[in-house]
Amino acid sequence: MSEPLLELRGIERHYGHDETLVRALDGVDLRVEPGEFLAIMGPSGSGKSTAMNIIGCLDRPTAGNYLFNGVEVATLNRDQRALLRRHYLGFVFQGYNLLPRTTALENVELPLIYKGMRKAERVARARQALARVGLEGREDHTPSQLSGGQQQRVAIARALAGEPMVMLADEPTGNLDTKRSVEIMNLMQDLNRESGLTIVMVTHEEDMAAYASRLVVFTDGRVVRDEKMHEGAL
Amino acid sequence: MLWETIRLALTAIIRNALRSFLTVLGVVIGVAAVIAMVTVGQGSSEQVSANVESLGTNVLVLRSGARMMGPGSRDTAPSFKLSDAEALEDLSSLSAVAPVVSTSATAVFGNNNRTTSITGTTSPYLEIGGWTIALGRSFTPAEDRSGANLCIIGETVRTTLFGATDPTGEKIRIKSISCEVIGVLKSKGAGSFGQDQDDLVLMPVRTVQRRLMGSQDVSSISLQVARTASVERATSDIEALMRERRRIAIGEDDDFSVFDMAELSSMLNSVNSVLTGLLSSVAAVSLLVGGIGIMNIMLVSVTERTREIGIRLSVGAQAHQVLMQFLVEAVVLSVLGGIIGILFGLGLAYVAAQIMAIPFSPSLNVIALAFGFSAVVGMVFGYFPARRAARLDPIDALHYQ
Repeated sequence: MSEPLLELRGIERHYGHDETLVRALDGVDLRVEPGEFLAIMGPSGSGKSTAMNIIGCLDRPTAGNYLFNGVEVATLNRDQRALLRRHYLGFVFQGYNLLPRTTALENVELPLIYKGMRKAERVARARQALARVGLEGREDHTPSQLSGGQQQRVAIARALAGEPMVMLADEPTGNLDTKRSVEIMNLMQDLNRESGLTIVMVTHEEDMAAYASRLVVFTDGRVVRDEKMHEGAL
Repeated sequence: MLWETIRLALTAIIRNALRSFLTVLGVVIGVAAVIAMVTVGQGSSEQVSANVESLGTNVLVLRSGARMMGPGSRDTAPSFKLSDAEALEDLSSLSAVAPVVSTSATAVFGNNNRTTSITGTTSPYLEIGGWTIALGRSFTPAEDRSGANLCIIGETVRTTLFGATDPTGEKIRIKSISCEVIGVLKSKGAGSFGQDQDDLVLMPVRTVQRRLMGSQDVSSISLQVARTASVERATSDIEALMRERRRIAIGEDDDFSVFDMAELSSMLNSVNSVLTGLLSSVAAVSLLVGGIGIMNIMLVSVTERTREIGIRLSVGAQAHQVLMQFLVEAVVLSVLGGIIGILFGLGLAYVAAQIMAIPFSPSLNVIALAFGFSAVVGMVFGYFPARRAARLDPIDALHYQ
């Protein structure tokens, strides 16, 4: 068994106090190894998105240990967590979260700016990433000039451009119709298989989860099912 | 990285053109309003002070009629005669006395004419009124007493009738008389109420009395208090002399009044300072409105900006990098607005000063104050919401509604 890339041990995340206390995560143990394509499923309020945010260092756990590539994240300060996101993580959100009035190219360049990359190299990398998601010729379109599926491709390109170790996708197809959803899933599956990119994806659609190599099911803040899936399922 | 941050900030300013424009506009309005209003107020205040000086110091004016007269009461008081002015010359507390007879008439030279004010007086009038001769000469003592057809003209009359040519020795016609121009008065410019002080013709008092008025009356007597005497003493000397000459019994009120020009000018000054105060408060309100405008734009955009901050944090920006970007944005917008506002405000004040014929006197303090206030408002409301957002966990910033 290889070293885990992500390891969660007894992770808890509570909201509110006393009587109104909600245990969104109630003791989650999870190991993700390099090259896995993990799908997290579960009913609304089961804590799957919360777990995703903690894995992405966008949120902090109330208790438990989270090791990223062997490093205890709780020991990192805000700026160090920002650096971890900058160099190792790429995000794809349900709502795309692109900067408005900003071209696709500039959106994809954004993480590269914070990496301190020079303009010429940034543009080259961003164009390459947009080409990888099939958006050649749309570099100068702003989000409002792109369809939902295209916007999500821009978001994927932005996540890819920084060459992360892990891509985190929170309901990436939640706002898309079936045809676009299938296109996005095929793209993610290709990235996983061809480039060996580790992907953690939250979804509530079984059809989408079927593209993953491993399925984890959350209920009431706990992992209730964790199984490898057959090659080429569906 | 700093250069990168400035570039990010400039890109954001251009990308959010409407928001940037409105922010800049808020600063411009605030700064321009304050600068224009206060500059105009100060200019008119200076103008009044200059007028006070041009009125001459220690000048008194003696008029017939009680000071607080009701309608028609003036008619009952007898007018002064030249003999009254001559009597006043003997008072040691006065250094100059000039009887004044005023009327208005049309002065004609060739094809040019101008309706102007005609003042019949004597040469001490020039000293009392602070006039100097620009060209030619004043009346001689003999001419003061004579009824000679001579005149000294103001700059405005000279320009209208003679253009650029030398008028001395020429003869102008006023009503039925033809009088020789012996001098031109040096220009005084506009008066306290914006009136043209140079629009006048001076003639010997008797000439005006006989040839234009057909009467022996004197409208008023201008007096200059001697250096060695106080205004109060001169006033009481004048009052005593006049009561005696006009045979006013003890216990009866004066049927004449002595006006102190310094008193008049201090009254003008206080009216002016009230006006300046009014303008300043209007300006302060504009500044406040501008500030609220900036504040609103900044606060309205908090939702969008908080999401933007969430996005930036999620792709790996550190809080201080995001803050620096927002601070640079706020500074650039505030400074840009401030500079435009200063130029605009000074421009407005300059135009107003030209129209109102007052001095253009910008004050560095006011410029600094207006600029500082708007800049601080712009920066505070641009920076603090951003700081709050940058301190959130990225997920809270992303989900901010």
